[in-house]
Amino acid sequence: MTEREERRFAEVPRESIKLMAESSGVELSEEVAALLAEDVCYRLREATQNSSQFMRHAKRRKLSVEDLNRALRWSNTETICGYGAQDALPFRPLKEGELFFVEDREINLVELALATNIPKGCAETMVRVHVSYLDGKGNLEPQGTVPTAVQSLSEDLLKYYQQITRAILGEDPHLMKVALLDLQSNSKIAALLPYFVYVISGVKSVSHDLDQLNRLLHMVKSLVQNPYLYLGSYVRSLVSSVMYCILEPLAASINPLNDHWTLRDYAALLLSHIFWTHGDLVSGLYHQILLSLQKVLSDPVRPLCSHYGAVVGLHALGWKAVERVLYPHLPAYWANLQAVLDDYSVSNAQVKADGHKVYGAILVAVERLLKMKALSLTLAAEGSGAGLPGTTTGAVSFRENSPGLSPPPEPLSEPPLGIASHLQAGGAGCPWEEWTPVSLPAMYCELYSFFGDSLAVRFSTGLPLGGVPPPGPCQPLEGRKEPASSAPNLENTRKMPQLTASMNISPRQDGSPRMEPQPPSLAATVPGRSLARSSSSSVSRSRSSSSRPGRSTSQSRDIFPKARFPLPQAGPPAFSFIIGGRQMGRRCQGRRFQTSFSPTPPLTTHPPRAYAHKLPVIGRVSKPVRRWTCSHYSLHLPL
Amino acid sequence: MAAVQDGPKELDAEKETKPEILSDGTSNLLGNTASGTLSSSPLTAAPAGGATKMEDQQTLIAVLQFLKRNKLSESVEILRREAGLGEHQEDSQATDGSGGGKGDGDGGDANSLLSRVSITSAAAPQSMPVKKDQPDVSVVLSAYSQQGDPSLYQVYYSGLKNFIESVLDCHRAELSQLFYPLFVHMYLELVYNNHETKAKAFFDKFSGDQECYYQDDLRILCSLTKKEHLKGNEVLLDFRTSRFVLRISRDSYQLLKRHLQERHNNQIWNIIQEHLYIDIFDGMPRSKSQIDSMSGSLAGEARREVNKAKVFYGLLKEPEIEVPLDDEDDEAENEEGKPKKKKTKKDSLGSKSKKQDPNAPQQNRIPLPELKDSDKLDKIMYMKESTKRIRLGPENLPSICFYTFLNAFQGLTAVDFTDDSSLLAGGFADSTVRVWSVTPKKLRKVKSTAELNVIDKESDDVLERIMDEKTASESKILHGHSGPVYGVSFSPDRNYLLSSSEDGTVRLWSLQTFTCLVGYKGHNYPVWDTQFSPFGYYFVSGGHDRVARLWAMDHYQPLRIFAGHLADVTCTRFHPNSNYVATGSTDRTVRLWDVLNGNCVRILTGHKGPIHSLAFSPNGKFLASGSTDGRVLLWDIGHGLMIGELKGHTDTIYALKFSRDGEILASGSMDNTVRLWDSMKAFDEVETDDFTATTGHIHLPDNSQELLLGMYHSKSTPVTHLHFTRRNLLLAAGTYNSQ
Repeated sequence: MTEREERRFAEVPRESIKLMAESSGVELSEEVAALLAEDVCYRLREATQNSSQFMRHAKRRKLSVEDLNRALRWSNTETICGYGAQDALPFRPLKEGELFFVEDREINLVELALATNIPKGCAETMVRVHVSYLDGKGNLEPQGTVPTAVQSLSEDLLKYYQQITRAILGEDPHLMKVALLDLQSNSKIAALLPYFVYVISGVKSVSHDLDQLNRLLHMVKSLVQNPYLYLGSYVRSLVSSVMYCILEPLAASINPLNDHWTLRDYAALLLSHIFWTHGDLVSGLYHQILLSLQKVLSDPVRPLCSHYGAVVGLHALGWKAVERVLYPHLPAYWANLQAVLDDYSVSNAQVKADGHKVYGAILVAVERLLKMKALSLTLAAEGSGAGLPGTTTGAVSFRENSPGLSPPPEPLSEPPLGIASHLQAGGAGCPWEEWTPVSLPAMYCELYSFFGDSLAVRFSTGLPLGGVPPPGPCQPLEGRKEPASSAPNLENTRKMPQLTASMNISPRQDGSPRMEPQPPSLAATVPGRSLARSSSSSVSRSRSSSSRPGRSTSQSRDIFPKARFPLPQAGPPAFSFIIGGRQMGRRCQGRRFQTSFSPTPPLTTHPPRAYAHKLPVIGRVSKPVRRWTCSHYSLHLPL
Repeated sequence: MAAVQDGPKELDAEKETKPEILSDGTSNLLGNTASGTLSSSPLTAAPAGGATKMEDQQTLIAVLQFLKRNKLSESVEILRREAGLGEHQEDSQATDGSGGGKGDGDGGDANSLLSRVSITSAAAPQSMPVKKDQPDVSVVLSAYSQQGDPSLYQVYYSGLKNFIESVLDCHRAELSQLFYPLFVHMYLELVYNNHETKAKAFFDKFSGDQECYYQDDLRILCSLTKKEHLKGNEVLLDFRTSRFVLRISRDSYQLLKRHLQERHNNQIWNIIQEHLYIDIFDGMPRSKSQIDSMSGSLAGEARREVNKAKVFYGLLKEPEIEVPLDDEDDEAENEEGKPKKKKTKKDSLGSKSKKQDPNAPQQNRIPLPELKDSDKLDKIMYMKESTKRIRLGPENLPSICFYTFLNAFQGLTAVDFTDDSSLLAGGFADSTVRVWSVTPKKLRKVKSTAELNVIDKESDDVLERIMDEKTASESKILHGHSGPVYGVSFSPDRNYLLSSSEDGTVRLWSLQTFTCLVGYKGHNYPVWDTQFSPFGYYFVSGGHDRVARLWAMDHYQPLRIFAGHLADVTCTRFHPNSNYVATGSTDRTVRLWDVLNGNCVRILTGHKGPIHSLAFSPNGKFLASGSTDGRVLLWDIGHGLMIGELKGHTDTIYALKFSRDGEILASGSMDNTVRLWDSMKAFDEVETDDFTATTGHIHLPDNSQELLLGMYHSKSTPVTHLHFTRRNLLLAAGTYNSQ
């Protein structure tokens, strides 16, 4: 019976006690050892009992060394040191002889102290919340993961999902339109969001099919516009899909017949739209986008179409992005581009055509940069007279002009150091500090040194509202027209050495159509289109523009010449701003060619009014601004 | 326990307060710092047996010992002369401690007297350190010194066992209650008298007969095999200092008495007389299930008379607050196109608070802090929110949000939410307290004094201006404790946070500056729990020293000491009307204490394991308690009766919370589940006829399964805390456990 009871507890045999005593130099008699052994056992059990309550209050199931030590401490006993490790200590038997011991490795303290791989600190303790059960029912929606299989959905949702994806990726354009519209307004598809995001992330697998890419981008747009969807962290996934379309050298772009340029333009617009409406969902998104755009831009190995994507991307993100990334990078980039453009060999023709696209895109971007900067300065100047409200006016005008620039918390007035440093840390080659102090005239001079006469800015308030004109491949046309119209007016600009460069371009441009087989296709696709522009890239642009309601080529042609004169209704006339010693009136003239390609002409009727209407309100509300940008986009991305 | 614990090694003088507060389970001690007197008289009036004369003498001897120890020789002389006590009498008492067949009541009273004397010194700590040593322990143990024939113990016990097994069924269940206390006492007597092998044999033979819920105690018991061990063991002391209470019908009692007298079984009779308290009632004997539901605590059932005191469980009248803002808000809502039934709900709310509840205490029964403007604003917010509250019910279960603590490698030990669910605090085993803002509003500190001087104090937004925007962050860490933080509690006005820790202190933190304001010392042993009163200002704490203390924020010493638990006080809760405090303990009882006079007004037995969670129903009528045995028990406070048992959890229940309207009880446990119970149904089905009320015999319907509305699993995340938002959304919190 004693046998039975003794088996309840671990016992310390008297031999052990004797050994321990011996090791500390005490000789024990048998009885004393027996008594001690029993007492030790009892005290151990007592300590274990007491320590268990520390475990219970720490809300653990596992008794730790720490618990035992606490119990010992409270009973005025010395604690045991050296066993506080989190992980279990291996308890090993020794083969010969019944000896069990805790493995105790020797640690070389010197080595440890001089070790270079300093362990990282523990991750910060934090709290995350998620809805576990809704109205007492389980929340089946998978949390944060993109599923691979469509199984855990209800029958109806599954059907819906299949129908929608089939319709969007299918052949019937009408069906697609319906599907996209529903996607845009359906309030019950939150559970399907991950699946759609997953489908969209398939852009990488269809990079050869422009049509599919387009459809997927439309899908993105519909999802983004759906007011019932909370995109959450899926924004990141969507953005990366869109960025793929903007930046990657798509398989489709190998064939010059494919108009991947439009896709990139569209994707860039979409990007800025996503960013503007959902950018606050993911912190640091703006910096990440900027960083990756910049990386592409500064990578000379990348094909020109990627560069083009980066430029239009920056442009779509707003003039601040252009100022921050593109402008400082321009001197370095210019050399490369120049080399491409200066190569007249036949083999280079295709590349050179691409180069012109990039050139045009850059031109549009910097032009808008100048314009916006001038505008903001003007507004700031106006505001300074009016006191405090003025600055807010500036901020608002800035915001409305560059809808994609940044989420609201980032104020215009202070150049956000955080961003600059972040980008810098990201390996940016450009000295960021420099761009901030660059004054408008200095900037203009520098840009002028690159672009010469092609750089022309019209300072009116009407057009800046044109917002984000898809940076058109305006260059060729400009090149062709330039000698005819603007050149005679601007003798002094001729003196700039870069002008010759731009002059050089124009003859090239004259010859270029020969190398680019577009004109026939243009005629084929858009038969009704007359061609003031024989330009290369406008194929799909014109296609898309012709498909736009209320916008015909003839109209744009009508407006085209008219636009040479300052539009009478184009905004407040207060902008008699002088840059580089020239009257704006003159600049206006040079501007014609760039702007005429953009979809601004039809917009001139609409946005200026919106602007004029908004002007008195400016600086008060930001909401209408947003609404307006949306509508503006919807014009650009019709279904 | 501590008296014995410090037997071998003297504790620091500082820690001495603990043993002094020890008292037997029946005397209720009021440790009012202001008075510090022996104001409360023990409820134990009539000891069951033993000559009163003998008893007086013992008491006198105890007092004499006390005086002698404190070198008050003159008083000793005087007392001795007056009492006519011989010196030898006292000496014999002190040295060998063998009073020879002396009654039990005397020893107990001497002890309680001593402890009461000690309380005085506890009120003024360190002024008069009392040395507790051997003699007192002997007094405690001396009752076991009566020498019976050790070999006959087994015979006695099995004789009684045979008798009980042969009686009529209706009596057998009741008399079976005797087994456990008799078994324990006989075993301890054997051990005390150095019959080690006999004790072992006795234990082995009969330990299997005991109820399974005594297993934990039996495990401790069987590790005691030597007289020396007895001196260090808490369980023993609990057995000795408190008399095990049995509730037996008169018929059964007579039966037992007759049997023992016939057999001249004095050994057992003595034990019954000395160590047990038999609460005899008239009427039908109780059934086995009835008995089982009430037993299980360390000291048996509660005596009926201790639960007779009237408890004012009603709610206090809500202060009248004009709610001009309210209508404005409604209009705003209407504007948004959400038509609201304006008046109906509000009226019902208003009328409820205006009508004086007959069961409510006087409004000023205990002084409560006056409402500040900000409190009134908060009340208005609360009322507005409550109009939007979701009505819960079996058909309409709450949504559950789980707050998971990630990377809490150091160990999460306590969690609390503010009432408006805007802040979340976590206590950790690494001695830190962390506060998170659950809303987008970040946590900000007040500016430094230099900066505060320059701000415009007249401006309207001065409260906004004093905050330092630079310090805004989602969470703040509070350093100060030197041991795991076992309890945290927000003040109702969200300006303060309390934390209790293993280091024996309760700390008060400011949530404006995020610094420690006060460290309340007094427990000197780990403080397991603390909680603010629903009206702020007061708070209660309970710890390893077996007492709960009531504090006020501006007093560094406790206002009340609630002593009586036989083991650690593991959790403390304020009644919604702030007039009562409920404490749960390792002795497996729940006690309700009156804040006004420090009396214990309810002892609720029935749990079979340490109690780790308590929750009052919002109307103040009911109490729920959860323990390590995975059961939730429901109590009617007014009658002091158990009214429900909710079985289902498989591990310790650490969190209990009633929904805002009291229809749903949520329980969270170590078994990674949250369960929702239909508390309305549970309360409705209570039979509260007069018989039940007077006798305290309950028939618990076994309807746990019907009451269980839902069981919700977390992903290996034990539920540490539960909270209902003002709109009845259930928030749960816990740390992910990867093992």
